[in-house]
Formats: sequence, C-alpha cells, structure tokens
Amino acid sequence: MRPFQREEGVLVPLDRSDVDTDQIIPKQFLKRIERNGYGEFLFNDWRRDATGAPRPDFVLNQEEYRSGTVLVTGRNFGCGSSREHAVWALADHGIRAVISESFGDIFSTNALGSGLVPVPLPEHEVRALIDLATEQPGITVAVDLVTETVTCGDLRFGFRLDPFVRKRLLEGLDDISLTLDHEAAITAFEAQRPAWMPDLSRAGASV
Amino acid sequence: MTARTLFDKIWDAHVVTETDGEPALLYVDLHLVHEVTSPQAFEGLRIEGRSVRRPGLVVATMDHNVPTTGMDAGGADEMSVAQMDTLRRNCDESGIACFGAGHRWQGIVHVIGPELGLTLPGTVIVCGDSHTATHGAFGAFALGIGTSEVEHVLATQCLRQARPLTMEVRIEGTLPPGVTAKDTALGILNAIGTAGAVGHVVEYTGPVVHGFSMEQRMTLCNLTIEGGGRAGMIAPDDVTIAYIANRPYAPRDEQWDAAVAAWSELRSDPGARYDRTVTIDAATLEPTVTWGTTPAQSVPVSGRVPDPESFADAAERESAVRALAYMGLEPGTPIADIALDTVFLGSCTNGRIEDLRAAAAVLAGRRVHDGLRMLVVPGSAQVKVQAENEGLDAIFRDAGAEWRNPGCSMCLGMNPDILQPGERCASTSNRNFEGRQGRGGRTHLVSPVMAAAAAVEGHFVDVRQLDAAGARA
Repeated sequence: MRPFQREEGVLVPLDRSDVDTDQIIPKQFLKRIERNGYGEFLFNDWRRDATGAPRPDFVLNQEEYRSGTVLVTGRNFGCGSSREHAVWALADHGIRAVISESFGDIFSTNALGSGLVPVPLPEHEVRALIDLATEQPGITVAVDLVTETVTCGDLRFGFRLDPFVRKRLLEGLDDISLTLDHEAAITAFEAQRPAWMPDLSRAGASV
Repeated sequence: MTARTLFDKIWDAHVVTETDGEPALLYVDLHLVHEVTSPQAFEGLRIEGRSVRRPGLVVATMDHNVPTTGMDAGGADEMSVAQMDTLRRNCDESGIACFGAGHRWQGIVHVIGPELGLTLPGTVIVCGDSHTATHGAFGAFALGIGTSEVEHVLATQCLRQARPLTMEVRIEGTLPPGVTAKDTALGILNAIGTAGAVGHVVEYTGPVVHGFSMEQRMTLCNLTIEGGGRAGMIAPDDVTIAYIANRPYAPRDEQWDAAVAAWSELRSDPGARYDRTVTIDAATLEPTVTWGTTPAQSVPVSGRVPDPESFADAAERESAVRALAYMGLEPGTPIADIALDTVFLGSCTNGRIEDLRAAAAVLAGRRVHDGLRMLVVPGSAQVKVQAENEGLDAIFRDAGAEWRNPGCSMCLGMNPDILQPGERCASTSNRNFEGRQGRGGRTHLVSPVMAAAAAVEGHFVDVRQLDAAGARA
C-alpha cells in the first residue's frame, strides 16, 4: 500500500451530504476486472451530461479545482454499496484524502486499505473548509497524518484516526502480511471450530 | 458472568487473536463471492503468490451482471461475460464451488446462502456486497466488505475488525394489516436516518420480529445497511431452525443436534446492555413509499410529497431540494397521484418466494395497467422453479407482467434491465439513489404488495383499498 504522511494540494468542495458510492462510480463502470483506470469515470453522471459532454457547473470540471487532491464534503460520504471501485476512482483521479463529518463504514475501511485517508472533522469545521474552498477557489490545504492536523489558510483543525490504522497508513503496511504473522493462532482457532459449521469441501456435502 | 448481547456472544466466539492497540482478528465461517467485487482480489493473490486458505468455506455465484432473459450468459455484453468467465476460472483454480449462470442453485448471493442451508446461526459471514446484512436474519454476524478485504479473507480466512457498537431496534406492538417487513424497515430508516446506525451492529427485537417469517426477517435485516449499520441481526428461534432443517448444506444427524443445542444459547441475556436502543411502535407504521433519493426519505402512501422547508436540519433540507428536483416532484403532491412507467419486483430485499406469492395474490385476476411495464425477477433459480411449481408465473404472465430469470437485475441495472431517463419506477429493491436503476431513472421503494397494487392502478395506491375493491377481471 502506498504510504501516506502528508498531502498538500488544492481543496475541492463538494457541498452535499449522503454522497453514495453509486454517485462516486456509477455501476456501468464496475465491469472491469482491473484495479486501475477508474479515474475518468469518477462522479461520471455529475461530471458529464447524457451525451458525455462535461457539465461546467460540476466542481471537478472547474479549472481551479481540476487538479485537486483533497475533497471536503457533507456527512455520510461513501454510504451505500461496498464497491471498492469508488476508492479506486477517487485515488486514480488523484484524490488522496476526503474530509467529512462521517463516512460509510465500508467505504472508510476500503479507503484505508488503499491509502486514501478519510479525515473525520466536526460539522462546523467541515462547513468552514467548504466555505473557504468555495470563496477562494484553488486554495491549498495540508492534511498531515504525522501531526493529525488539517491546515487551510488561517484554519487549523486536529483530527484523530485509530492508532493502528494510522500506523498502517504512515508505513504503508500490507494488511495480509500483518495477519499472516498470526498463522499459529489462526491454525489453533481452526482446530476447535464446531463440526456443524458450513464446509463445502467436506465429504458428503451436497453438490 | 456478565449479561451479553447476541452480538457479543458471536463476536467472543470468533476472536482469533486480539493484540493491544490493534483491531481484533475475527474468523470467517462463510465467504460468499460474486463476479463484480472479486476479480481484483484473486488477481492480488496471484501477484503476491498467495493461495485461498479454505476453499471449502467459500462459495461463489453470478448475480449482478447476469441477463434475465436467458438461463446462461447469452445476451450479456462482452465485459460482463469476461467478468463471469474470470470468476469461473478463479473458482476452478482455487477449488471454490461456483454456482454460476445456468446452475440450478444460481441466484442472488443473499438468496442462495440461506436456501442452501449455508447461512447458519452463530456464524460470521462476509461478502463483497453491502447487503450481506441479510444473513443476520438467522442470528449470524454478517457484513459487507470491500475487495481488499475479500482478498484478505481469501488469503487468511480472517477479517480485521474493530469491535462495533451495538444498537437495539425494538419493535413493539402489532403491525396493522397490509403493513409488511419492507414498510417496517423503511419506517425505521425514516426514524433513524441514513447514518443513524453507522458504526453499530443492529439487533432487531420484540414480538413483531419474532412473528415474522424468515423471508420477512431477511427483508428487515437486508435494509440495515441503508441506515449505515455494519450488520443487522435477529436471535434464532424455532422459525429459524425449521427454515434451515434439511436444506442441502444444513448440518445432519448428530451435527444437527449439536448445532441446534448451540443455537439455543444464541439470544441476548436478560439485562444485556446495548450502546443504544431505539423503540418503534408497530401500530404507527403504514404502507410506505419513498419520495426522495435516499431510502430514509419516505412517507406513508396516504401522505404527500413533503415541502423541503418542513425539515429543521439544513443538510436534510438541501438534500430534499435536490431529491425533488431529481425525482421531478412538487411538494404537496399526494403520493397516490404519482403515475408510474415501470414496476420492478425482485432483488435481495424482496425477491424470495413469499414476496412473489404476496405480489401474485394481489395480481391474481387483475391486469397490469395499460402502458406500464412490470418485471418480475425471482431471486434465485430455486425460487423460480418453486414459483413455477406453484403457478405464480402464470398469474404474473396473465396479468401482463414479464417473468424473467434470476439475478440482481433492475435493482442496480448492471445488466440490460434499466430505466430510461425520466422513467418512474415502483421498485421492491433497496436503493433509490440517483441513477441507481439507470441514468435519470426515478425510483420509489415499496413492498411487493404495494408494487403489485401500483402496477394494477398505474399509480401508487394503498394496497388495502385495492383489496377492498375486490379483484377485477
């Protein structure tokens, strides 16, 4: 996983709540079997009209925000479908952190697993950042995971991530390797599982 | 010993290891896999030279992409076919059972787990799909995961998980006639909001829930994710055990006895504490219709499209303004005046045999309204066969509805079943998000009987009034 220590870049305001993963990456783009190449479809139905032409009113189509790397948005970002393609689309577009009051649980886990940082801030701080990024298009923000701070203009806010999650992001650790360190414990656990548990490989199981 | 909740008991029995400062490692008993969220996980294993740890604890099917007009992949677009072929190849190489397109056990992943007797009480179940909460109806801890976690579970059979909070949703009283599990779920979502259960595992309790059939319990648990809940669950009881008995993979003989004995312990102890409790009075629930673009935005069918100004919260107000613009609705419009183009009956929420029976009972002797299209998509190949054995397909066809093959279909429109821009649909599915059923499509979530009633009238109607009017030939 790509490590994350600090990101400084243009702050993109997306002023709406309950942005679900169907909006982040519509279903017609989930048929690929690769992990990359989703960036151009990010927010597709908001970015483009039915003919495929860019909609100038959408924030990512505006020159000052086009190269943004940090998104600030309303509560419950990434709710809905579990599709990790939403995270891949954001990351592929160049977004490295999303600031919101709250996130969908699965989105949040997916993001952390891919090195995209969901930054939780209280509602009034999110509002202040949305307003600032709207009033001063192209303003840069710094998201610092070492100091756990967000700095933008005169605004400076602290945030907290789970210490294990933070360490993983800072060091770019591979989750599966960490778990495989517990191989002995997993094997011991398996030895005492009840025999009535489902197992399709068991002799006599129906197919 | 301290009193524990149902969730506590399942959690405690699945912790493989818990190191200070790290999320617990939980053992996964059953991993359900489908074609859309798995290819990159298998690819990740290949790149790292890893293998699937316990292929016997994994089962795959094809549901999201499959066309509903043919029993095999015929009619699917090139990319869908490639995705389904990739799943089959990955399963073959890893020794995973795959009930793919054309198999007699193919179906929506959350329909086939229970009907095959794989979904069992007291288990931890994961799937790369947010509606995995469905399986909690059996007293399992079942949660949706992303593709990176799918890869992690394939490699380790474990899931890293911070212990969630617990929330009791207690449904008191008695449901009025004509009010279904779907209306109950929509009523709960309306009460708690789209993020009302974030970070929580929800346990549904009370007499209403234990009076529900397994199909109704699955509908209720299925929609937990729409309130942000990590999982929903219901303590197993005699109804649960009767449902599981003799299914293809259900435990047998002495294993069955051991399982039933273990399941009898699976209930929250008296005095067990939840981090939060919400109580719903069943008597206040009515047949419900969503008017907006989140499943929490709903009103009773007797109501009207709300005025955004009526919401005190600024974010809710903004959201309502956007939703009404997208949905093409005016505040104050009676719900019963909303005319429809399409009705979709199906999905992991409401595509089971009871759902089809309930809708067929409304449609029997009636006709789908002129100019309206109704799609009936059974949740699995087994549901389809059973429905045909009961003659339900004939009722749907005689009424003028299309009887299709099983899959996710128009719930998310990854296959050719989509809405056209501006088309308005009464849908028994789970999400009314913008564009969910097709770009520009307008989705109203309802129960199967309300969908059938709307199909007959061409607009929303209280199904209880339709019943009173009697069948019209």
